[in-house]
Amino acid sequence: MSGENWRQERKTLLATLGPPLFWLTLFFLVPLAVVWAYSFGRNVGLTEIEISGTFANYAQAIQPLYLGIFFKSIVMAAACTVICLVAGFPVALAITFAPDKVKAWLLLAVMLPFWTNLLIRTYALIAVLRDEGYINLTLGWIWKQVGLVLNVPPFVPLEMLHNNPAVLFGLVYVHLPFMVLPLYAALDRLDRSLIEASLDLGAGHFRTMMQVVVPLALPGILSGVLITFIPALGAYLTPDLLGGPDSQMIANVIERQFKRANDWPFGAALSFLLLYLTFVMVAVQALIQRRRGAR
Amino acid sequence: MSLRSEHSRRSILAGMGIAAVGLTFGLEGCSKEKTAVADGEEAKLNFYTWDTYIGKTTLSDFRAKTGIDVNMSLFATNDELFAKLKAGNPGFDVIVPSNEFVQRMSEADMLMPLDHAKIPNFKNVEKAFLDPPYDPGRKWSMPYTWLVLGIGYRKSKVQGVPDSWKYLFDSDQYKGRIALLSESADLIRLGARYLGHSVNGIDQATIDQVTAMFIKQKPNIKAFHEDNGQDMLLAGDVDLVLEYNGDIAQIMTEDPDIDFIVPKEGSLLNSDTLCIPKGAPRPNNAHAFINYLLDAKAGAEIAETISYPTPNAAARALMPESYRNNPVIFPSGIGFDRSEFGKFEGAAQQSAFETAMTKIRAA
Repeated sequence: MSGENWRQERKTLLATLGPPLFWLTLFFLVPLAVVWAYSFGRNVGLTEIEISGTFANYAQAIQPLYLGIFFKSIVMAAACTVICLVAGFPVALAITFAPDKVKAWLLLAVMLPFWTNLLIRTYALIAVLRDEGYINLTLGWIWKQVGLVLNVPPFVPLEMLHNNPAVLFGLVYVHLPFMVLPLYAALDRLDRSLIEASLDLGAGHFRTMMQVVVPLALPGILSGVLITFIPALGAYLTPDLLGGPDSQMIANVIERQFKRANDWPFGAALSFLLLYLTFVMVAVQALIQRRRGAR
Repeated sequence: MSLRSEHSRRSILAGMGIAAVGLTFGLEGCSKEKTAVADGEEAKLNFYTWDTYIGKTTLSDFRAKTGIDVNMSLFATNDELFAKLKAGNPGFDVIVPSNEFVQRMSEADMLMPLDHAKIPNFKNVEKAFLDPPYDPGRKWSMPYTWLVLGIGYRKSKVQGVPDSWKYLFDSDQYKGRIALLSESADLIRLGARYLGHSVNGIDQATIDQVTAMFIKQKPNIKAFHEDNGQDMLLAGDVDLVLEYNGDIAQIMTEDPDIDFIVPKEGSLLNSDTLCIPKGAPRPNNAHAFINYLLDAKAGAEIAETISYPTPNAAARALMPESYRNNPVIFPSGIGFDRSEFGKFEGAAQQSAFETAMTKIRAA
């Protein structure tokens, strides 16, 4: 349908856009505005928040203590994104070049974990990684069999849970589909004759990959990076359940302000700092896209 | 109105916002719709409580007796309960806050005073619980269970009895085998207790001192758990855990290698209570339900399922010897005698505890 048609049929446009816009305003923008207002407020009594226009919450939020936690969260989310990109790119490539029948199954395999509740997946990871979990039980069994033949010291379980690597592992596990799907979408649209031409003209596989495939797939890579990085930055359950004593991320601190500390204004200020950070990421992506477009 | 995005599969924050608000809205819609009734109240009750905290047949027995259908929802922490009711009661009739929160909620005018004439089973309650410091005269709350924090440990992996907080807070003897509760107030209070202060009236200097102690101890701590320390102990992830006696008593029936001690410095007492939140749609049913839970037989049935200490003397008398004289469920000794209830000391103190916890975890 062309743009002309839409312009003529205003009513249709309104009827289609109206309900989602109404929904978005009522259930997203309005609550968000309330939280935004809270971030300029202060607690009076135990249940009342007075919107006094104060910047005290933001002043508290940019103390080194909290900036350090922001920084740590960014590092964790960035590491997660890089690992997802490195691991997800070959997967997306493999799906792209798979025969059509297999393709559907491979895509299903990527999507399948999505249909299981995050909490259940995280507890499943705990059962796999813990000291007496499946990995350690298997390793311990193998160790025992080796011990029947050779003289080995007793098995010491690997510590795979309650530390920062466990959190990173959990984040990658949860966010990998966010990376694979946009990458696949970008790679699938790729004109394959360009790859053939590159190979015919003497470029090796690696050079073809870096100089032809990657630049053409860049929009997909950028959106994959963005939609992996943003939820990873706000990750809350994973550091809570898989992390050790120093694995808190910014979302855990925000959660505690709303619950334990009962300091909603401060929690709101932290939330909005996180949101502003997200806006910056989106802006950076848009900027890169535009610069590419201009070239 | 959560801004967390991880729960949602959708990458857009909008998804979460809509889903969360939609749910709350749904609940409100429900409770308002069903106000048509017989004798003032329909035969329903919304009960908001902790997980695994009721007898196996308690709710069906209550329905058989009164015809009232109990709809139970669960919360995991007092903070969750408080946050949910902070903006107004979404339709709950009976809630189960802990002592400190009874004080906090009554101060915030979130509770309905109890009508003792409608709770004759109050006579079953043990003397020690009739007039507690957090609710003089039992104006707002009825005792449901009580608890004490202590050290749950695996006997075969620990030398002797870990009878001091030192092993958890101030020693590398069990490096990497320790899990502490992540409740900031509990942790700072017990830290202060170990350093020789009361669990109440802790000043900022002491908080800083406790914070420094925990930061120093952090390399020896495996995790801060979310009140699931008993699972970590049972699964072998850790050998010493800061937990409630009731939680440890529950897993001791599964694993005889586990024991519990209230450290000699003294600890924190806790009592979960039955309250009616302000704006409860069915206060008569709520009183009837609270009265039923304080009944001797019903109380014994609950104690049998959850293995928590009961403040109900009549119920305790009905229980077998193995419960009545269980040293974990009903601890005694010097540490227990030195234990106190934690008082709610205002929002500023709460924030100070929380900031200390953030510092400890960020260090």
